[in-house]
Amino acid sequence: MRFAETGFNLEVDLSRGNIERVETDPKLTELHLGGLGTNAKILWDRVPPEVEPFSPENLLIFGTGLLAGTSAPGANRTIVSSVSPQTRLFGYSMMGGFWAPELKHAGYDKVVIRGKSSKLVYLWIHNDKVEIRDAEHLRGKGAVETSELIKQELKEPKAQVAAIGLAGENRVFFASIEQGRSSCSRLGLGAVMGDKGLKAIVVRGTKDVNVAKPLEFLEQCSGILNYIKYREERPIPGVMPILQGLGSPQEMLHVDEEWHTTNFMWGNSRTRRRDFWSKDIEEKWTGTQETARKRLISCSNCPMQCGAVISMPGQATYMMKCFSKLTYTMAAYSDLDFGFRIAQRATEYGIDGFSGPQVMAFGLELLEAGILTDADFEGMPEDNEGKFYWLLDRIVRREGIGDILADGTHWAAQRIGKGADAFAHNNIKKHEQLPLKLGMLNPVYFLMYCTGEKANITQIEGQFPQAPFPTKEEREEFNKDWIQVPDEKFKQYLMDWEFRGENSNPYYPTAEMSCDIVDWQETMHYIDDALGICAGLSSFPLKPPYHIHNYPKIISAATGMDLDEEGLKEIVRRNRNLLRAFNNRLGMTRQDERPPENHWKKRFPELEEQLLMTYYKFKGWNANGVPTTETLESLGLGYVAEDLNARGISTADDSAAAAQELVGAAS
Amino acid sequence: MKTKTVKNIRVIVDKCNGCRACEVICSAFHAQPRYSSNNPDRSRIRVIHEPLRNIFVPIYAGEYTPAECAGRNTYTIDGKDYDECAFCRAACPSRGLFKEPDSGLPLSCDMCESDPTLTKPKCVEWCLNDALIYETREEPVLEDEVGRQQELQQGLAALVDKHGMKDLLDIVARMSSRD
Ligand code: SF4
Ligand code: SF4
Ligand code: SF4
Repeated sequence: MRFAETGFNLEVDLSRGNIERVETDPKLTELHLGGLGTNAKILWDRVPPEVEPFSPENLLIFGTGLLAGTSAPGANRTIVSSVSPQTRLFGYSMMGGFWAPELKHAGYDKVVIRGKSSKLVYLWIHNDKVEIRDAEHLRGKGAVETSELIKQELKEPKAQVAAIGLAGENRVFFASIEQGRSSCSRLGLGAVMGDKGLKAIVVRGTKDVNVAKPLEFLEQCSGILNYIKYREERPIPGVMPILQGLGSPQEMLHVDEEWHTTNFMWGNSRTRRRDFWSKDIEEKWTGTQETARKRLISCSNCPMQCGAVISMPGQATYMMKCFSKLTYTMAAYSDLDFGFRIAQRATEYGIDGFSGPQVMAFGLELLEAGILTDADFEGMPEDNEGKFYWLLDRIVRREGIGDILADGTHWAAQRIGKGADAFAHNNIKKHEQLPLKLGMLNPVYFLMYCTGEKANITQIEGQFPQAPFPTKEEREEFNKDWIQVPDEKFKQYLMDWEFRGENSNPYYPTAEMSCDIVDWQETMHYIDDALGICAGLSSFPLKPPYHIHNYPKIISAATGMDLDEEGLKEIVRRNRNLLRAFNNRLGMTRQDERPPENHWKKRFPELEEQLLMTYYKFKGWNANGVPTTETLESLGLGYVAEDLNARGISTADDSAAAAQELVGAAS
Repeated sequence: MKTKTVKNIRVIVDKCNGCRACEVICSAFHAQPRYSSNNPDRSRIRVIHEPLRNIFVPIYAGEYTPAECAGRNTYTIDGKDYDECAFCRAACPSRGLFKEPDSGLPLSCDMCESDPTLTKPKCVEWCLNDALIYETREEPVLEDEVGRQQELQQGLAALVDKHGMKDLLDIVARMSSRD
């Protein structure tokens, strides 16, 4: 018997209409766990770099985390992976909700989609019965609407649906996959789904998911719940409200938005409005939110309530999560009422709430700058909100200027030319980032921005405070119950970190310390992404219930695998390097690893090079950011090194050559 | 006077966030061996979960019934219509709810009866949002014989009302002659 996992993947070839249930090799679980790890393995083995994102050969993998469907609180992530049309690198995006446990109960760990259907279809998975069904009648329908219609047509109110809207159908590069309470929004995976002619995957499962050591496992799960209660009673003092507790930032709960609205950028990530927040606005926005929010809601088996049922008068009800509450509002210099309203339409269309609003603001900036002209925007209303609705409609239909903007700011700027790329200023690896512009370079964040494989800061940060605590007493207080640290040295790093003087940003934490801190934070995300545990209970907040010390016990109890901390870290390194190698094989090099140029006002080119090189070395990568043969072989990835070398991608740790290259790059 | 302990779970529907932790843990608790597997479809509590209508109602499995009801009810609360049978706790032939997914055998909430006794039922312990509150109260029970007689009399009175004294006596006579 297989524990925690089902041991079966569903292989679906949409070109031929073929469906197969395939038993997986249990060794792969020992090597990669599941979720992102095994997704990466499949992509490495089966998607060579010649494969275009929009081609039948590209795979779209819906992988459940290893612990999804067990009692582990917050084990509900589906990790969707493919080659992203936007970054043209490994694309992975995760959603919570209820889909992953349902798929486990249907008897599968993953759904691996290949090929392309000539007509629009959906996949209906009901335990052992799996069929490809016609979806032409759902063409053009909203993602939320689609999910309701399918459940009615199948008479399966308990089925879970992951669906795309118009944006996915029309291959908008920032199209999302929506699943009611949650979505896979980043990196345009909805476009890949649309390209495959797949409108939705619908799942209903009624089978058991087994664990190896029931009593030990239950004890660990109860421990997690108890620690959540402990943390709920002890918000962390001295940090901003959204960082005090667990879960995703509690955007649906909090109404006080002073911090976001006065620190994040408005428009196309341009303007900081320090004086924006006022009593009047607070009152008005509180009213808007309290009227719109019908209930706070959770994902499967999680006590946090990061989402909400939102119902604006005169509009269909939808569910919102986190920060999309403010992204439209701020891109359009508008208010919360507008934010909730346009997000309803955007959710039905299925677009990423981070990239979408920035793309629209970018379009309007180009018009203002005269790079685009009124002719490009013919028919656009005069009022600000109207402009955004108009642009949204054009983009998801790929009409006129919308067709260009639908490729995201980077590719749109390439198509437009005339200096438009200076306006696509908030990207990493061609992907739009949080609208944040800061003063002093923070070395830890510099490394995370540069090297995070998901090109998204929230998917790598967490664990270590974002800024020093002002007093020694506060630092001691914080350190007191900081059980999550992998090593006591992190407490010292925090003790010595100051706002000013020698021990402050950008030279402190030192390059070596920064490597340690980044590595720890990244490690936690890689564990979560393999297990399907929500980052909100683990890698994202300070002092979370899951950490490096209890994870090996939890995984052992669930799967029966013999695992200690070192073993777990080794799996993480294997997954991390496999993903990186996949991207190197697609052409990613050190040149791609840069934060947006204006992310910090104060930049330090020499220090930045030193940071990056120290980190590469620490990770066992060469000066171009490619894992060395030695690193790969030590992780049992010799076959990866061979492939890279055969393709002329150097995996040699040639430090002299690296230094040479460095000098070359600097001059 | 004798008393008995009545166990009650108060369901505060307004606090339910639809996480289904109650389903997860109930199914694990009743797995053989305990906690060895999960399957919400084996849970003795199910959450009616219609987020787009803001309907979140945890329902406990009650008794098995061999036949479906002759009539049905629809409830309207706060302007929302709850489907026929929505609040019914029975494992009933008209629907799949509260039945083992493979055998179809009925499920019913046993308040997590076990040895040793739990301080709280599992679903209550795992509902960190306090939508499920465990309460016990003592209720007086009538002395056995008196209580039994009273119960019988009540039952017979209902039958007399329905069928008339004459029919009832005839049938009792027929039944006793058969013995
Ligand atoms: S912490 Fe929030 S986002 Fe994460 S699983 Fe729980 S409810 Fe979902
Ligand atoms: S555990 Fe509580 S909040 Fe969660 S679904 Fe059950 S009753 Fe609702
Ligand atoms: S009281 Fe026990 S048996 Fe009843 S629903 Fe809750 S967990 Fe299940």
